[in-house]
Amino acid sequence: MTDAPPEPVFAEPWHAQLFALTVHLHERGLFTWPDWAERFGASLARHGLSKELDGGDDYFNAWLEALEGVLGELSVADPGTVEAMRAAWEHAYLSTPHGAPVKLA
Amino acid sequence: MPHDHHDHDHAHAVLPPDPALRVKAIETILTQKGLIDPAALDEIIDTYENRIGPKNGALVVARAWTDPAFRAALLEDATAVVAELGFYGRQGEHIVAVENTPEQHNMVVCTLCSCYPWPLLGIPPGWYKSDAYRARAVREPRKVLAEFGVTLPGDTRVRVWDSTAELRYLVIPMRPEGTDGLNEDDLIPWVTRDSMIGTGLPGRPE
Repeated sequence: MTDAPPEPVFAEPWHAQLFALTVHLHERGLFTWPDWAERFGASLARHGLSKELDGGDDYFNAWLEALEGVLGELSVADPGTVEAMRAAWEHAYLSTPHGAPVKLA
Repeated sequence: MPHDHHDHDHAHAVLPPDPALRVKAIETILTQKGLIDPAALDEIIDTYENRIGPKNGALVVARAWTDPAFRAALLEDATAVVAELGFYGRQGEHIVAVENTPEQHNMVVCTLCSCYPWPLLGIPPGWYKSDAYRARAVREPRKVLAEFGVTLPGDTRVRVWDSTAELRYLVIPMRPEGTDGLNEDDLIPWVTRDSMIGTGLPGRPE
């Protein structure tokens, strides 16, 4: 009787980054873990209304939305700032030659 | 198709998916504000990818099977006992060990999100985080167990433990028959991850 075939701990690099970011911010004292779990649970519930979440990308999308909400409320990173930085990164990827390190302008 | 770009000659770097860019954006902003240390993020990822996993829990279970005093202490106060082994909860959570018996089989879920005994089992598998498991473990545990290939005697009770941010559970499965001559080290590979969540049973390593 064995477990299912081994799966990677994190299916995508951004899942790992997001996880680590949240654990680190908690350890830096930005929020308590029970508060976080409640926030994240509510986000999962919202995301789960329209479809059954698969525990992968779906799950981390709900996680990301919860973290963005917390950071916005704490006035650490408001949605406009995050969107502007996201767009800056997108531009950086699209204007960097393939194979070269991607950096913000 | 995440990998089909290999066949093409892209002029620019491959654009990560939208959520990946948002995570990157948050990381950049928080780094610029001095709120995070990027090296600490790498350290956390390395810890959970390479150093913490079900082998920690398997050691605890194998020791409980072979050392009655350890077992008694574990059932009394698992948080303190596993901390002595160096397995600390980063969120200050308590760990409770629940022991399977012929009368009661224990199974763990987190209906709120995906609380899980990270120090002992690492990051939960995808199915543990899925809506399907989170909803059905409580509603129809025997059916879920059957899908995992676990069939229990009709007179064994199934108890489902709902984890919280403060309270995480470790199932101590029953020691398999025919393992009387084995010591702790021999037994560790018998203890599967799923057997410590309660969705599997320990078994002879391949």
